[in-house]
Amino acid sequence: MRTARAAGIVAIAVFRESVRDKIFYNLVLFAVLLVGASVLIGQLTAGQDVKIIKDLGLSATSVFGVFVAIFVGISLVSKEVDRRSVYPLLAKPIRRSELIAGKYAGLLLTLLLNTAVMTIALYTVLFFLSRGVPENIQHAWDAPALDPALLKAIALIYVDVAVVTAVALFFSSYSSPMLSAVFTLGVYVVGQFNADLKRFDQIVSAPAAAIIAKTAYYVLPDFSRFDVKLAVVHGVPVSGAYMTSAVLYALAYIAALLFGAMAIFSRRDFK
Amino acid sequence: MNTIAAALCLAAAVALHAFADRWAPPPSVDAPALLYVRSAVVAKRVAPGHAGLAADVYWIRTLQHFGQERLAPPGHVRNYSLLYPLLDLTTTLDPYFSIAYRFGAIFLGEPYPDGPGRPDLAIALLRKGLAAQPGKWQYMQDLGFVYYWHLRDYKAAAEAFQRASQMPGAPNWLRPLAAVTLAEGGHRTASRAMWEQLAQADEEWLRGAAQLRLAQLDAMDTMDGWRRARAAGANPPLPSDPSGTPFVIDPASGDITVARESKLFPLPGQLQAPR
Repeated sequence: MRTARAAGIVAIAVFRESVRDKIFYNLVLFAVLLVGASVLIGQLTAGQDVKIIKDLGLSATSVFGVFVAIFVGISLVSKEVDRRSVYPLLAKPIRRSELIAGKYAGLLLTLLLNTAVMTIALYTVLFFLSRGVPENIQHAWDAPALDPALLKAIALIYVDVAVVTAVALFFSSYSSPMLSAVFTLGVYVVGQFNADLKRFDQIVSAPAAAIIAKTAYYVLPDFSRFDVKLAVVHGVPVSGAYMTSAVLYALAYIAALLFGAMAIFSRRDFK
Repeated sequence: MNTIAAALCLAAAVALHAFADRWAPPPSVDAPALLYVRSAVVAKRVAPGHAGLAADVYWIRTLQHFGQERLAPPGHVRNYSLLYPLLDLTTTLDPYFSIAYRFGAIFLGEPYPDGPGRPDLAIALLRKGLAAQPGKWQYMQDLGFVYYWHLRDYKAAAEAFQRASQMPGAPNWLRPLAAVTLAEGGHRTASRAMWEQLAQADEEWLRGAAQLRLAQLDAMDTMDGWRRARAAGANPPLPSDPSGTPFVIDPASGDITVARESKLFPLPGQLQAPR
């Protein structure tokens, strides 16, 4: 109970800091991108504007989220160390593990609000885009414009971003912001192509290399599991079992990273 | 002071830009369009997790490429060589992109100079779509259209329409379309078998259409009999068609045909010969 309270106080402080750092300005860019695209796309796409706005909205939600997660996540801990504000912070009745958990929860809260506003903006643009389109044309679309299934893709984007945040925080707990950014971005890119590592034995003959690749496949986060954008846009059903397994996988991975970050941060010597 | 200077310099740049556009335009080069990334696998790697958006970008490029070539000024030699690679990229990045398969097949099949005149590639694209979505009757219908319109292969077209009609969710007008296509291609026996089956359908309009088409096939048989008798040197009288209206001689061709007043007019392929 005490731990949750302490982490909660840190989380709220991180959220307030995000507001002060004008992180939510990215929402303005997102809105301009969507509204601008919705005006232009109709002229360029031979009637595929709703599909393209869905693609664009989901991709932008993902890209903006990942960028915020990486570039804010990497400085969560290192900023405190660089500014030396970590000393008075640790002098307070708060454990190092609580600080890590609070920092993570705070950024997650920021990202939740960010994603929620982007979702509302996307649905609003889709509503205006589909308004007045004849019934027979709407019937030919793969999925309705205001398809609730879009929320599944957005939920998994949020889960994806939560894992990226955990990765960034993990590296941030012992490395400089620059290196943390490089490592996190590297893990994110490799995680996108994780399926290739699984099939590595089909292209190399050395068994050792195949074993290393397969180990990397299981150890590194598989970010492609959180990508159902294409399926949702085309109205292909995404099962509850798939969603549950993806979320459980993410939770396990996030827990592993956070415990790892807590272990490293607890042993760090700030003298 | 600096703000005013900056504003003035920007205004000067804008004015110079406008002036240059009007009085010193850049040299016009009719250079062929280029496609830097031809491999869909590479394109997927470049945009991990955003294949749908990458497909949209290639789709817009496809439309621009087709439009630019088709609407090019008369002096320009139209070149649609990038059309299929662009469509292939689009549909590999997003295998469910229906409109790319369907419009793409239309673009590819268009004869030169309005299109590349490559119905073979249109068929390849639609078959790729069917491999990705085997239950999509629209692709099979489009395949039938390419065979019918561009290749004049009525048997293959009818087969495609027939297979499309058997797919889940297919509209019921596809079944008669297969039979009509067979009749137009001269495959009367197969067409008759199909219509006889349709004459047992639950839908009243379909039964009515099937009766009419069967009567038309009977009329075509009667006309053939009359032609054979004429070819053998006889001078048979003009019979009546199954609706009771006497056949007439077409003044243009001198051949027997159904009268315009007949309920059976026009026979398959009579009103306008398919291209």
